[in-house]
Amino acid sequence: MLQFFLRRVLLVIPTFIGLTLVAFVFIHLLPGDPITVMLGERALDPEREAEMRAALGVDLPLWQQYFRYVWHVLQGDLGQSFVTRRPITSEFFALFPATVELGVCAMIFAVALGVPAGVLAAANRGSFIDHSIMAVSLTGYSMPIFWWGLLLIILFSGILGWTPVSGRIDFLYFIEPVTGFMLIDSLLSDQEGAFGSAFSHLVLPAVAVGTIPLAVIARQTRSAMLEVLSEDYVRTARAKGLAPWRVVGVHALRNALIPVVTVIGLLVGTLFAGAILTETIFAWPGVGKWLVDSIFRRDYPAVQGGLLLIAVVVMAVNLVVDLLYGLINPRIRHVR
Amino acid sequence: MGAERAAVQEVQIETEVAKAPPSPARELWHHFSENKGAVAGLAVVVLLVLLAVFAPLIAPYAPSAQFREVILNPPGWQAGGSWAFPLGTDAVGRDILSRLIYGARYSLMIGGIVITLSLSVGVILGLVAAFARGWVEVMVMRVMDVILAVPSLLMALVIVAILGPGLVNAMIAVAITYIPHFTRLTRASAMSELTKDYVTASKIAGAGRVRLMVKTVLPNCMPPLIVQATLSFSTAVLDAAALGFLGMGAQPPTPEWGTMLAEAREFILRAWWVVTLPGLAILVTVLAINLMGDGLRDALDPRLKRS
Repeated sequence: MLQFFLRRVLLVIPTFIGLTLVAFVFIHLLPGDPITVMLGERALDPEREAEMRAALGVDLPLWQQYFRYVWHVLQGDLGQSFVTRRPITSEFFALFPATVELGVCAMIFAVALGVPAGVLAAANRGSFIDHSIMAVSLTGYSMPIFWWGLLLIILFSGILGWTPVSGRIDFLYFIEPVTGFMLIDSLLSDQEGAFGSAFSHLVLPAVAVGTIPLAVIARQTRSAMLEVLSEDYVRTARAKGLAPWRVVGVHALRNALIPVVTVIGLLVGTLFAGAILTETIFAWPGVGKWLVDSIFRRDYPAVQGGLLLIAVVVMAVNLVVDLLYGLINPRIRHVR
Repeated sequence: MGAERAAVQEVQIETEVAKAPPSPARELWHHFSENKGAVAGLAVVVLLVLLAVFAPLIAPYAPSAQFREVILNPPGWQAGGSWAFPLGTDAVGRDILSRLIYGARYSLMIGGIVITLSLSVGVILGLVAAFARGWVEVMVMRVMDVILAVPSLLMALVIVAILGPGLVNAMIAVAITYIPHFTRLTRASAMSELTKDYVTASKIAGAGRVRLMVKTVLPNCMPPLIVQATLSFSTAVLDAAALGFLGMGAQPPTPEWGTMLAEAREFILRAWWVVTLPGLAILVTVLAINLMGDGLRDALDPRLKRS
């Protein structure tokens, strides 16, 4: 057991080193000299420029620069934004809760609908219900979510007028950021209607981000359920005369959920990709939109830092899921 | 159920005993055609290919032809629409139907080029890793881990930031993010093939390394690769459209569907057709390819069948 844990944790190290290399090389592959970009159009006297290069360590040989970079990264220093001159980490973590809130709500939506849909399809295998659920989920899986977000806006904001088009909360409210999660903060603020406003802002983006995970979870739940339903212990439960819903919903589902949990963990990357597009459409002030904006502003340290931080988050979640999976399912531990 | 199937198989064996075994292609088609959804998907894909190839003959206008007097004209069946522009016109008076038909060219070309690039690089890396073992394998696989650690759209965005926005660069970027899937798949199946007797036999017969890789092992690794390639084709279309939508892919006035959507965004609440139709085209294309891919997987590899 311990061996499995250690091996899995150690595997993270080469990937992390690789990521820092990618992030480091990224800046050096860019067209143009970063110092020139940073100094802008203003011409500086060469002496001052050389001073600056020395301060930033750009005059060192490349490999020394790399180690310098990794050293800074390990201390949590990812450099400064070209545009705002603020540290990348503080920019990122100011916006990160918004993305987490969006992602968590999207995942709740996906699991709350996807698992029952998959169970329903498996329990009625081959029926009209099964075929319709699978057809809808394949459509969801094939959905260009940037378009799906726009459609949701047309329907719910344009035609029905139910939800706002962009942002996290109405401008009427001033919400003190306590946790960074607008739903919680708006409740804490005790202002009337604030929570409702925050919720109505969140619904459409969360649905847009959650659609592809929903489809994946429904498909995965169905196939895991089908596998479990053919096992002997399920037949025993049926033979004992248990109610069909109990057999399916309790006995089978509990075991079918193991692979589904893994899939949920692996969907974190998909969530981030969805967040990049959805935040752009709904003007949701999270790290996805910030990253796209940074690319357009040519704020390369921000892009570099964002890339590294997001990759680390994805890696950490995958690591936790893998370890959990090893914990739940002992068979996997002994596979080399 | 099982007994029934066995009986059916027996009957088939009896009747076909005199004939030659069916060719692999025919057998594949036999299994594939059992899946109605897959056949429907294939039909749509064939239709799209025909549209793309014969776009200049089918489209009523050139994709960039502007009709200044009919800006944001609604589709033919709506009040104020005209059948001269069946699906309406966009903000600069271009016929949407024509642009969508030409757009099929871009999406299919993007999918094709991305898959060709990532498949060929991925297969080579996977074979090299499986044959070389040792530090070469470790290096290759760790690099793949790094690419996989970054969400593919983010990786593609960053690569485009380096290379600069544009259709070709977007295709290269998306292709790079797909390489690890093919590398892992090739390596895994090559390694399991390498332990088999026919490979040993081939080695004893004096086959060289390259021959062993390309002629002996690779053909037996193809089925999962074909399935993965089909399913990646659809995600490639999606990712490239997403890059176009973010302004990092094909640039206006290219009639690429994602780019068309990006141009149409500001008219979202005024003219539904400029926003809805390009996205619908993407959805139908991706859905058709996915249906086809699912059917292909079931037909090629019964073990993976999702029952």
